[in-house]
Amino acid sequence: MIGNFPFVVCMILIALGLWTLLTRRNLIKLTIGISLIESGVNLFLVTLGYVRGGVAPIYTYAPPGAKMVLPTPQALTLTSIVIGLATTALMLAFAVVIYRHRGTLDARKIRELRG
Amino acid sequence: MKWIKVGAFLVMVGFLVGVAAWMHPFGVPWASEMDDYFIANAQVEAGANNVVTSVVFDYRGFDTLGEATVLLCAVVGVALVLRRTRR
Amino acid sequence: MSVVVRTIARIIVPMILAFGAYVIMHGHLTPGGGFQGGAVIASAIALLLVVFGSGRLAGHKNLLSLLEDLGAIAFVALAFLGIGCTFFRNVLAGSGGLFGMPVPPGPNPGFLNTGGTLPLMNWAVGLKVAAGLGSVVLLLGLFGGGDDR
Repeated sequence: MIGNFPFVVCMILIALGLWTLLTRRNLIKLTIGISLIESGVNLFLVTLGYVRGGVAPIYTYAPPGAKMVLPTPQALTLTSIVIGLATTALMLAFAVVIYRHRGTLDARKIRELRG
Repeated sequence: MKWIKVGAFLVMVGFLVGVAAWMHPFGVPWASEMDDYFIANAQVEAGANNVVTSVVFDYRGFDTLGEATVLLCAVVGVALVLRRTRR
Repeated sequence: MSVVVRTIARIIVPMILAFGAYVIMHGHLTPGGGFQGGAVIASAIALLLVVFGSGRLAGHKNLLSLLEDLGAIAFVALAFLGIGCTFFRNVLAGSGGLFGMPVPPGPNPGFLNTGGTLPLMNWAVGLKVAAGLGSVVLLLGLFGGGDDR
């Protein structure tokens, strides 16, 4: 009996990402924090669809008569993973360009306007 | 200022963990009629053993279309940001 | 990179490509599908980029962009196949033709000739994801080529 422990683990992962976003100033570390939050949300979606004693919703050599976990959260998580990957790629590209133009990755120094 | 930040973070973490701990129990989905229909009928209607694939590409194909569009936009954005500038 | 890394990469890249093609091709039977197999193939491109440097791969940038557009167009065209009933209708499933074998309900060993348009869409999306992620990695590696290496 594990209770709601998987949900709590996902929330702890999201909290770690939030802490990273609040305390770090490096753009790469901010990207890592956003990726952590994405991972937590994806994990939370998958754990929401778990059925106790269920197998993966695939009929190839499935054990006969077994319950299956819900397929829709998994499909939406697949969508979410690809979108998170696209945003991560875009954020890293912006970080590279900002470092090339400003010579720093500190978010506080980038924020101030200078010509 | 620092303590306000830490306090707000702790309140947020407490809210998240409390919600997670007081949700409906793990392993007992709340509403699963649609998924039961998918599991029961996906093999006949979509003709695939993998129910997740039939949900992604058949029942919810528009989601996948939007996702492919997002991926295309991301690649175009990266190519636009990292283009070769002449100086 | 050194000669050891180059030799191992020459051995291991065809294996990665074959595994990615397997994941895409059996996407309607086993865990996997277009997105996952495309990511595996893109990891092969990343390995090539790390080992051989971005200079030798620079000529393939336009080819990757072309392949990605081709995948997107093939995906939308496959969705338009079912426009007689509705968008994204699976017209090939159960028709007896290409990928149209009716599936016996319940657990079965899995037959490759099933799934209707799903395997074709898996191939289109796999091509799109592999070329898209590969071109992203290649662009990140190519940026500012002169003074970084």
